[in-house]
Amino acid sequence: MKISTKAEAGTLESGDIHVEVESKEEPGVEVDLDSTVMKLYGRQITNVIKDTVKELGVDGGVLITATDKGALDCTVRARVKTAIYRACESKNYTW
Amino acid sequence: MKNLIGHEIPEQVAEHLGLGIYGVNVDPRVEGKDTASSSEKEQKRSKVVGSIEEAVRLCGLKDGMTISFHHHFRNGDHVLNQVMETLARMGFKNLRVASSSLTDVHAPLVEHIKNGVVTHIESSGCRGKLADAISHGIMDEPVIFRSHGGRAATIADGKLHIDVAFLGAPVCDVYGNASGVCQDESVEGVAECGSLGYAKVDAQFADKTIILTNKIIKYPNAVQSIEGTWVNYVVVLDDIGDPAKISSGAARFTKNPRDLLIAEMAAKVIVNSGYFRNDFSLQTGSGGASLAVTRFLAQYMRDQHITARFALGGITGQIVKLHEEGLIGTIWDVQDFDVEAAASLRRNPSHHEIDGILYATPFNRGSVLNHLDVVVLSALEIDVNFNVNVLTGSDGVIRGAIGGHPDTAKGASLTVIVSPLIRGRIPCVRDRVDTICTDGRDCDVLVTDVGIAVNPSRPEIRERLSKVGLKIYDIHELKEMAEKVVGKPDPLEFTDKVVAVVTAPDGTIMDVIHEVVD
Repeated sequence: MKISTKAEAGTLESGDIHVEVESKEEPGVEVDLDSTVMKLYGRQITNVIKDTVKELGVDGGVLITATDKGALDCTVRARVKTAIYRACESKNYTW
Repeated sequence: MKNLIGHEIPEQVAEHLGLGIYGVNVDPRVEGKDTASSSEKEQKRSKVVGSIEEAVRLCGLKDGMTISFHHHFRNGDHVLNQVMETLARMGFKNLRVASSSLTDVHAPLVEHIKNGVVTHIESSGCRGKLADAISHGIMDEPVIFRSHGGRAATIADGKLHIDVAFLGAPVCDVYGNASGVCQDESVEGVAECGSLGYAKVDAQFADKTIILTNKIIKYPNAVQSIEGTWVNYVVVLDDIGDPAKISSGAARFTKNPRDLLIAEMAAKVIVNSGYFRNDFSLQTGSGGASLAVTRFLAQYMRDQHITARFALGGITGQIVKLHEEGLIGTIWDVQDFDVEAAASLRRNPSHHEIDGILYATPFNRGSVLNHLDVVVLSALEIDVNFNVNVLTGSDGVIRGAIGGHPDTAKGASLTVIVSPLIRGRIPCVRDRVDTICTDGRDCDVLVTDVGIAVNPSRPEIRERLSKVGLKIYDIHELKEMAEKVVGKPDPLEFTDKVVAVVTAPDGTIMDVIHEVVD
């Protein structure tokens, strides 16, 4: 998949995470995370986001800007996947 | 030697007994007979002075002294900020602020710390911007956190010496007889906060006591919390506090279904614990679920014809309802959590105000908490050894208060801790808690929304609860259930700097709080 537009998913409600996806020139996945549980889970949330992007096999550089309000890992994965599909304007869901 | 009236008093008798002779050895404090009418006296012998400044000057406050406040208005307190602003303007430095507690509303203290007006703080807890600044190392001297019982005992022992107490009082007469409620219901505009239980200790032991009030009533304010003989000056302010804000934050009336589920389960635990007998005694600490336990316990009391001999501590409208229904006998009230409780103190003859010493000093068998059967207490976090943190949040920043937690946990025969298993993504049952406020050996049962755990030191309680079909988990299982959902949290990072110490009720250091790293 290739990112063709900027897209978002999720809300700023408690227990959710808001995820914005856009392409960037340099290859690799960059995560800019702000979280209410930054100290306890910031590292883990960043890893979950990166792993999810890699699983989907996105071509080129990906910049993820995420605002987390205490979402569980399953929520993080769901929001990231949705935002990526929207950014790639793809409906070939693999879930 | 002849005394003033002309009778012979043998000097050797006076000397032997160490007594003076009437009219010869005159105590300068004694005034002559005043034949003015009581109305005239109310004017000319009044303790009312024109301003906070004037009262402060008359008290002889100096740099480096200790001043105290109470938190009976909780988040609606308007006294501390007004006084501190005045003291800053007058140029005082290096003051020790010893308040019975501090809340969000006291954020202006941050500026007074930055300007060197305040260099030491003692409190039960701390929240909001002030707490954040302290956790980020704004003070050179560690804050001393004390439980309510610990503070009362330390003041009574003279180890925490208060030079000047600034005590807000909703009602006062000109001689300083002050109270938190007004018996005369025809008086309008009284900002009632209810019991002044913590303030009573300050007033008795401070070198000088200033009452700040917005309502002077005709002498005598006979049902007083603070006796006029303890008071040096009275200052009238436009505003001392907002009673509507007392019932907020930790003293809220919860409608949260999870809190109610925990409360319902906690009531079931109490009923089957072996301590739910006729003439039992009860306290519910602050926090939505804890305060809500009363609502569920009431039905069991009605059904099983069980009444409580007393309720203790911070009082709510929910406790008052049971009292008025005849389910609870005496109310021992050190602090009111809502306006209904304050109104009951005024109205109900068996609703009594008690001070922090009678409530909770650890050094006397007479403390009411030693006669408690059951206390229900909240927790921010609890570890697998049942040690409880009620002071620092999941990010390591101060955001709570010890209150009477360790005092009552130890005093009560059955201590029930209530907490959700998870808050947001935060697990509340942990391998270790960052700040220990209450010794786990004093905590008997943990009730969460997912399950109950009983301290292994109380096998008899575990057995009683199991017998009625309640599923009891090992606390390690609860911890693992939480981690399965939210994952294992990374440890917090702190610097070596100690920003606060947490004292046990006996005044010794239970734990320290370090500066956080962002």
